[in-house]
Amino acid sequence: MSTSIIILIVLLVGAVGGYAAYQRGRQLRIERGMRPHSRPIYHASYVLSWAWVPSLLLLGTWLIASPILNEIQIRNAFPEDAVAEAGLTDDLAYGIVESIGVGLRSLPEDERDQIDEDTPIEDALPLFRQYGVAIASASQDWMLPLAIESNIWSTVSRWAMTIVVVLFAAGGAFYGYRNIRTRLRARNKVEKVVNVTLIVASSIAIMTTVGIVFSMLFESADFFSRVSAWEFFFGTTWEPRFSAAGSGGETGQFGLIPLLAGTLYIGAVAMAVAVPIGLFAAIYMAEYADNRTRSVAKPLLEVLAGIPTIVYGFFALVTVGPFFRDLSAQISGLLTGNYSAFIQAQSVLTAGCVMGIMLIPFVSSLSDDIITSVPRSLRDGSLGLGATRSETVKRVILPAALPGIVSALLLTASRAIGETMIVVLAAGVAANLTINPFEAMTTITVKIVQQLTGDLEFTSPQTLVAFALGITLFVITLCLNVYALYIVRKYKEQYE
Amino acid sequence: MDMSRATFEKGPAVSQDKTIKMASKDVTVHYGQKQALNGISLDIKERQVTALIGPSGCGKSTYLRCLNRMNDTIDTAKVDGKILLDGENIYDPDLDVVELRARVGMVFQKPNPFPKSIWENVAYGPKIHGLAKNKDQLEEIVHTSLKRAGLYKEVKDRLDEPGTGLSGGQQQRLCIARAIAVSPEVILMDEPCSALDPIATATVEELIDELKQNFTIVIVTHSMQQAARVSQVTAMFHLGDLAEVGATEKMFSNPDDKRTQDYITGRFG
Amino acid sequence: MTDATANDISDRSEATRGRRDIGIKRRYAAERRFKAYGMIAIGLGIAFLFILLWSVVSKGYTAFWQTEIRVPITFSEEVIGTAEEGAANQSKLMMANYPQLARDGLIQLLEIDPENSEAVSAANGLVSQGVRMELRDMVLNDLQVIGTTEDVWLYASSDLDSALKGSYDLSVEESRRPISDLQLEFIERLEEMGALEQNFNWGLFTFGASSRAETAGVGVAIIGSAYMMLIVLALALPIGVAASIYLEEFAPKNRFTDLIEVNINNLAAVPSIVFGILGLAVFINWFGLPRSAALVGGLVLTLMTLPTIIIATRAALRAVPPSIRWAALGLGASKTQTVFQHVLPLAAPGILTGTIIGLAQALGETAPLLLIGMVAFVADYPETPLDAATALPVQIYMWANEAERAFQERTSGAIMILLGFLALMNLTAIFLRRRFERRW
Repeated sequence: MSTSIIILIVLLVGAVGGYAAYQRGRQLRIERGMRPHSRPIYHASYVLSWAWVPSLLLLGTWLIASPILNEIQIRNAFPEDAVAEAGLTDDLAYGIVESIGVGLRSLPEDERDQIDEDTPIEDALPLFRQYGVAIASASQDWMLPLAIESNIWSTVSRWAMTIVVVLFAAGGAFYGYRNIRTRLRARNKVEKVVNVTLIVASSIAIMTTVGIVFSMLFESADFFSRVSAWEFFFGTTWEPRFSAAGSGGETGQFGLIPLLAGTLYIGAVAMAVAVPIGLFAAIYMAEYADNRTRSVAKPLLEVLAGIPTIVYGFFALVTVGPFFRDLSAQISGLLTGNYSAFIQAQSVLTAGCVMGIMLIPFVSSLSDDIITSVPRSLRDGSLGLGATRSETVKRVILPAALPGIVSALLLTASRAIGETMIVVLAAGVAANLTINPFEAMTTITVKIVQQLTGDLEFTSPQTLVAFALGITLFVITLCLNVYALYIVRKYKEQYE
Repeated sequence: MDMSRATFEKGPAVSQDKTIKMASKDVTVHYGQKQALNGISLDIKERQVTALIGPSGCGKSTYLRCLNRMNDTIDTAKVDGKILLDGENIYDPDLDVVELRARVGMVFQKPNPFPKSIWENVAYGPKIHGLAKNKDQLEEIVHTSLKRAGLYKEVKDRLDEPGTGLSGGQQQRLCIARAIAVSPEVILMDEPCSALDPIATATVEELIDELKQNFTIVIVTHSMQQAARVSQVTAMFHLGDLAEVGATEKMFSNPDDKRTQDYITGRFG
Repeated sequence: MTDATANDISDRSEATRGRRDIGIKRRYAAERRFKAYGMIAIGLGIAFLFILLWSVVSKGYTAFWQTEIRVPITFSEEVIGTAEEGAANQSKLMMANYPQLARDGLIQLLEIDPENSEAVSAANGLVSQGVRMELRDMVLNDLQVIGTTEDVWLYASSDLDSALKGSYDLSVEESRRPISDLQLEFIERLEEMGALEQNFNWGLFTFGASSRAETAGVGVAIIGSAYMMLIVLALALPIGVAASIYLEEFAPKNRFTDLIEVNINNLAAVPSIVFGILGLAVFINWFGLPRSAALVGGLVLTLMTLPTIIIATRAALRAVPPSIRWAALGLGASKTQTVFQHVLPLAAPGILTGTIIGLAQALGETAPLLLIGMVAFVADYPETPLDAATALPVQIYMWANEAERAFQERTSGAIMILLGFLALMNLTAIFLRRRFERRW
């Protein structure tokens, strides 16, 4: 029976139990002539929880555990030495057994009956192929019985699961129903369940972080077992080669330095564009602009923040890049008479400028919040002494807001470092190590995209390096974020 | 605590015919490190108005909030001692605080109607407690509650309009109607008139006077005149202590405690 | 009166200046400069916005029109076989040489000598390669059409389309442009005959990926994006609201909740590509979900959107005044009842607004989707969230990498569609905020 049908049955059992409980709750009041502790709706929810929660938890556990147990059992049943004799690893052999199992399941019943444990594998293979299941040629005779056994095991397990889960649901409903009486604190119990649900929901945030860290840690560890950490972190050449099968132990070079340099360089150019514009815009908005200007300019700048980064990337690729290239051609033409562009269409400058435009609203809205949260009294104090507005801003407000602004800039920098689509389209893929902003450089994010799109093989360093890059990126941005958030907290406490 | 013992001894003299509805013994409250109440012992008698007076910050509101465990909503608050409602300790861990609050209702300083219709404001309590067997009964509860709160005439044609659209005094009477609708045994009022104008205050005071026939009322007020007008028993709080408690008439004419004398004559407050 | 005081003051300041110099003039100049910097900054920001939009729109608005050619097509039995044969053997109908029908039609229309292979191939270059599908579908829909002659509007090739839209400089030497002189002559003749028309390009909204610009559209990508948005809405909204309620209303202040707090704030600032890596490693590699599936994309975007929704929801919950909570608690409502019956409904507009903004972010997100294999060539509509799908921004990314002019136009067109959706969502959010926001 399919999982969704099981779930449906459980839901139904719960609903029926809940309805019965509701009626019982109403009856109680009439019979006893006194008000029960909880209202009928809570009796219903109480029974519903008893029917649903344990059975669905069991279902989930079973669904996860059953295949794992099956796999362990099958692996243990591998005949000794046979795996090595066939030139296979345990993983590969298990994979073949699994696909034989799939093949068996896809056969119509009458043909499946012809295959038993003693059928030689050669006889079975054409049948499988006929039903669209191709199986590796390394399959062995002893695999067929294992596959049959595995199939039987999972069928039995599924039936057992169906029965047990439905029993659990019915039992839970029954137990809950039996408990209903005037003094039952159904509401309190239901609220406990609600509370636990809420806690589970909020721990998803934690689980996401744990997931991020662990998924990258495991794969990175695998990577570092193939390529030394020294070579990765301090290598100055990035040349991973292709991960095509048969390249035979050729690993290439995985030097992080050029990528890191590109990331920081482009980020720096972006900050150089975004910080002055964003900061001055924020100051103007907070200190000078009248309400009308504010109500027009602020949303317009926020639109800039709402535009997806892929659009910025396209803008860089087709508008800004060619513009810089043509501009440089004109300039060099005027200066030297030779109309050759010295700015490449994909360059640090292009990517940095466009990323800077993208970051303007981040800088301006974060700084705006911070500047406006500087207490009025400070402002009035300075103005009252006869300082001009700009003097007040420079001497009083900015120093007071400095920690907040620093943290805003850190958050912006973290954004710049993690930005992907603009650099993918505008920075180029060549891992150069240069200080010329007119040339192309590449970033960590570009390389992650490059290594993880296309055919993946989770055993080759060419793929795994992306996880090492990912965790590097994560750690860098994490440090920036946590430090920035820490400063913001301190800053807010100061003025609260 | 000399003072509190003294009041206990004096208790019966106040009104012997009434039974004790709520009794508190040595109630102390801490907000974090700060002690807000120092061992208050006070009996509240049935079907009369008990006024809690005293200078601001004296702990009268804190004490009031102990009586239906509203202090539970403040994380840092810690309540010790015993408060009995009909002889049952309300701080018993087995006691359901929801049931308690259904028996001991509360009206707050600032009128706080839900941003829903007048009808729904009043019907909410009966609904969650399942007090009405059917729609008609619920309708009846709403109407009688509004009538008893003296609001029915003013709002009967616009029960569907939002409660927040009423005037301040009407809002407060709506809140009282809302509290009455649950049929509590005790109603706690935390400076119910402090946000109202004099005319609205007079209406609410009249209402309180009428309600005492059916409910036990404890009212916190900063206005001594109000205490004198509406209450039968007055308890004077000072810096977390219960300074004096007694029949309102006696308190205002001939108080025993020097602090009470000072307060009533306006030396501090 | 006012003049008098003003004069009075200026007189006095005149006098003061005589006494001590506090550099009024210099300071006011600095003030003006400072103010000017601010205005320039805002001006620049807004200018960038308009340049960006203009660059997209000016390149993209033509994508919404598509040139079509009216060609008399004879569905000759010689080429596609008789209706009876076709009914009996569908595969024959599928395999028939439909482009030949179009070629014959063009030859007839332009009165070309069929032997003149140069002219024939020039004429053939005017119609899209998509005619195969277009004519095949006509025949498959109605076998009666076989043997008849009908005027059919065929998609023009992207070269013809681009030439008509003025994307090519036609004054340059013939060999340096994709449209030959002969073709230009044909185009002129077609125009005279009224056989050339620019119609609204519905295909842009309905087609899937295609290697030919004229038959490429974002239809499939929109469905993929819609699936993902539904998944995000169905998961992120309840989970986010539940988490916020716990953190804002129930959670005791302790290290665990503090940790969750820091965590959520940090997750909101983690680069989106990291979520892609998470999706690849966890959902695809460990859980074995299919690559390129909208389900995986939806899950990844859910995790990414969750912090946004949580932060918005908590702000909305915090904005509900505590007096409402007291009122309910004072009536004997339990904490849970108070939250779910009073606080949550009052916070709903704020939550909704935050959710829509989160969804808009998710809709425009590209990077994580690249990693979970949504950069696939998907020409067919995904039927379930488990089928291979692509997303609107990913489609834009793939087209942006195509060199052809016609694709650049389509990319800009697709961006306009994407921005249109985003604008719609944000306007809805603003409307909701204006309409339902309650000030306490």
